[in-house]
Amino acid sequence: MINSQLPILQVMVPLLAASLCAILPFRRLTWLIALAASLAALAISLNLLVLVLNDGPISYALGDWAAPWGIEYRVDALSAFVLVLVSALGSIIMVFAPTSLAREIDADRVFLFHAMYLLNLAGLLGMAVTGDVFNLFVFLEISSLSSYVMIGLGRDRRALTAAFQYLIMGTVGATFYVIGVGMMYMMTGTLNMADLGTRLPEVAATRTVIAAMAFIVVGLGLKLAIVPLHFWLPNAYAYAPTVVSAFLAATATKVALYALLRIVFTVFGGPAMIGLPVDQILLVLAIVAMFGASAVAIYQTDAKRLLAYSSLAQIGYMVLGISFLSATGLTATIIHLFNHALMKGALFLALGCIYLRLGSVQIEKMAGLGRRMPWTMGAFVVGGLSLIGIPLTVGFISKWYLIQAALERGWWLVAALILLSSLLAVIYVWRVVEVAYFQAPSDDMLQLREAPAVMVVPVWVLAGANVYFGVNPQQTIRAAQSAAAALLGGGG
Amino acid sequence: MSPETAIIAALAVPALGALLIGLAGRVPNLREAITLTTAAALLAIVISLVLAWFDGARPDVTLLEMIPGLSLRFTAEPLGLLFALVASSLWIVNSIYSIGYMRGNAEHNQTRYYIFFALALTSTMGVALAGNMLTLFVFYELLTLSTYPLVAHHGTPKAVRSARTYMGVLMATSIGLLLFGMIWTWQAAGTLTFTPGGVFEGKIYQPLTGILLALFVFGIGKAALMPVHRWLPAAMVAPTPVSALLHAVAVVKAGVFAVVKVIVYIFGVEHLRTVINFDWLSIVAGFTIVAASVVALRQDNLKRRLAYSTVSQLSYVVLAAAILVPISVAGAALHIAAHAVSKITLFFAAGSIYTAAHKTEISQLDGIGKRMPWTMVAFGIGALSIIGLPPTIGFTSKWLILQGAFEAQNSVAIGVIILSTLLNAAYFLPIIYVAFFRSESGEAAPHGEAPWPMVLALTATAGLTVVLFFAPGWPLALAQELAGIVR
Repeated sequence: MINSQLPILQVMVPLLAASLCAILPFRRLTWLIALAASLAALAISLNLLVLVLNDGPISYALGDWAAPWGIEYRVDALSAFVLVLVSALGSIIMVFAPTSLAREIDADRVFLFHAMYLLNLAGLLGMAVTGDVFNLFVFLEISSLSSYVMIGLGRDRRALTAAFQYLIMGTVGATFYVIGVGMMYMMTGTLNMADLGTRLPEVAATRTVIAAMAFIVVGLGLKLAIVPLHFWLPNAYAYAPTVVSAFLAATATKVALYALLRIVFTVFGGPAMIGLPVDQILLVLAIVAMFGASAVAIYQTDAKRLLAYSSLAQIGYMVLGISFLSATGLTATIIHLFNHALMKGALFLALGCIYLRLGSVQIEKMAGLGRRMPWTMGAFVVGGLSLIGIPLTVGFISKWYLIQAALERGWWLVAALILLSSLLAVIYVWRVVEVAYFQAPSDDMLQLREAPAVMVVPVWVLAGANVYFGVNPQQTIRAAQSAAAALLGGGG
Repeated sequence: MSPETAIIAALAVPALGALLIGLAGRVPNLREAITLTTAAALLAIVISLVLAWFDGARPDVTLLEMIPGLSLRFTAEPLGLLFALVASSLWIVNSIYSIGYMRGNAEHNQTRYYIFFALALTSTMGVALAGNMLTLFVFYELLTLSTYPLVAHHGTPKAVRSARTYMGVLMATSIGLLLFGMIWTWQAAGTLTFTPGGVFEGKIYQPLTGILLALFVFGIGKAALMPVHRWLPAAMVAPTPVSALLHAVAVVKAGVFAVVKVIVYIFGVEHLRTVINFDWLSIVAGFTIVAASVVALRQDNLKRRLAYSTVSQLSYVVLAAAILVPISVAGAALHIAAHAVSKITLFFAAGSIYTAAHKTEISQLDGIGKRMPWTMVAFGIGALSIIGLPPTIGFTSKWLILQGAFEAQNSVAIGVIILSTLLNAAYFLPIIYVAFFRSESGEAAPHGEAPWPMVLALTATAGLTVVLFFAPGWPLALAQELAGIVR
């Protein structure tokens, strides 16, 4: 029965496709492989989601080695949700990619990009599917290494230093993570998440376990770009090819956040269990990110950097949801994880269209673009409104739950801060809108045309999703609520 | 058409109109015909809805469940119907006026202008017919967004800067305060449905009610209560028909409408009477009335004077609702209609002066009444109505408010209304005086009346101001129905 093999196929399909791409130096062919693999991954993940929602979590023993000894793949509501998100965005971005890549990457390297993309996809999906903390480390490294290459593939030579910076920081993060894993193994003799979840409470009070948690949170915090650990992100997003920025912004940080949730709640059983005030630390860092990063975003001249800093602020919202340690808070985090992927996906892809025509995403050069490229800018505005949290977009739903979670805890000040910080988003989004719609275009822009349909359609699929899931969010909310319940239920 | 269909149609028709206007952008005559047809269709729909309501229909439409337990929901009730009626009937007049103004001044981007105008009307209908606070909020925000391009229309640095103030103040208040208050209400009362008598009875710690009310009242920035009124004068950079319809009718009235709605259907008048720290609202509203009138006195720019007059008049509605007796709530509702027809006449007159004579300052208006008799007579009628003198509808609404103030023995309100009447007279009568009784100074270029569509429009609204005094009809009937609900 193929259904029982789905968890492993979820990873193997892109992984094998990646190796295939690496040995076939043809642009079109590798693109077809990458697209087909992404779509297959999407089909698998949708199947998994349906199975999980109907019949509960799925456990898969790799190589038939039973759970605590062998590697277990475990799919529950949360992981299935993340799998669908990653593979869906991967598929949409792949449809968009060829035209954009032709402009931003040398033609003879495009097949390498496809290989790296698939490797990255496999890594991200693997992180979400695995139930083993060391296996998670392996996939983390697969996805990280491939993303360093993807960032550096562009024609912009500044991308090389950005990739190098990310390489250093990412390696530090991964090392911290693996140190934490080693400590846990030392104390319990197991690497299986569920097994760790039952064994750790016995040794919870030891300093080793506390240190393990600290190492892991910092390590994943680096991948997630929680604010003081964020320095690699703005450069990486700004100088990478736009397709890469879109993919990483929409998926990589989301999966890192997933890993953090998984470790903190499933493995450690929540911060309270260990006695480390992770929640309070995250609360402070989240608020710093919400305000600091948004304030920096306001002063950016490059639209891609602007979005990168905005991502840092949005990650702050997700982290904030964790710090509430409540079902509503986690629901808000998971909803925003999904919603933010839709927003940033749409926004970065819109910038990809602009780069294609304009050769730049400097805000000042976008004067009058609203008339030249109405569809692209329209999608940008929709994404921007969603980022602000205007009702009828997904951003509003995220904000609603986040504030509700804050009020539920009685944290009035935090609720007020969430609202205040979202006003900063109005400023940085509106800077672009004003230039694009109310400044006269320069002369060399007069012959500018709208981007081709293969690019505009994916952008609008994502922009449309921002509205669709904003008007009709029951599915997202229900999935997020059951995922949050599974996390708090311990293992689930 | 069933009343449920009518509600959907009231939202859909202007949106559809916007789409068709966009498609017909290259053929101006067709485009304008679509605008007028859409406006007429909208008015017919709203009228059918009012008729159905008087026949006892209580339509309730639920579209989408946005958040579990919270839907986009539309209902018809007297206050909302009154607002919808005012906005849709004045949209027709305004469209006629717009055609004259936009062509007379050879404005650019006219298609965009008409598209966003129609979208603003959809948003207004959504606000008017909202069945719960969430729906009202959704359309309130859409109204801000759809009017932003109208305010920034000229695209000059000044226009863009002013539009930024407009957007900034309205967004900051609605997201920062109103959304906060709304989620708090949801948390405390478990519902956001507009319920006669309010939703809070026994569900919130008393002293907090005053704070929560402040979140609502200041969060609804469109009501322009001081100190969140700055966006209104800023928005006057827009073309005059925009100022006329949106900033004398749709946008600002959406603000005070929402305030009255929240007082009547969320907090409940009866419940508020028991709240001890509620007085502040009358004081803030009273202060806004007087202070804005004083500022208006000092403005030489005609549109700015009208803008500050609007700020002051809006607070009449808030003050009337805050008096908390049925008759004054009826006065608040009627004043929405009364101020709308009078102020739109004044704005029309200002725009027609600008189009015909290219004059914007009051000090330039000496003797203009002889060149533009229709315009200036209409201006005079509008001014009388704002001051509150018969035979205009402004007198009727002021009478109701004052009667309520006496009934409640609210001496602050009585004093404010009398003082402000004097101030209103002081900033309007001099304009009428110089227009008719001074002779023209300097070497004025000869000019006559503005293009006929504009004159037609402003005569119509001026006429309406007087007709409503003698036959207040539906507006008064709906206002009294509202008073019946308040009790």
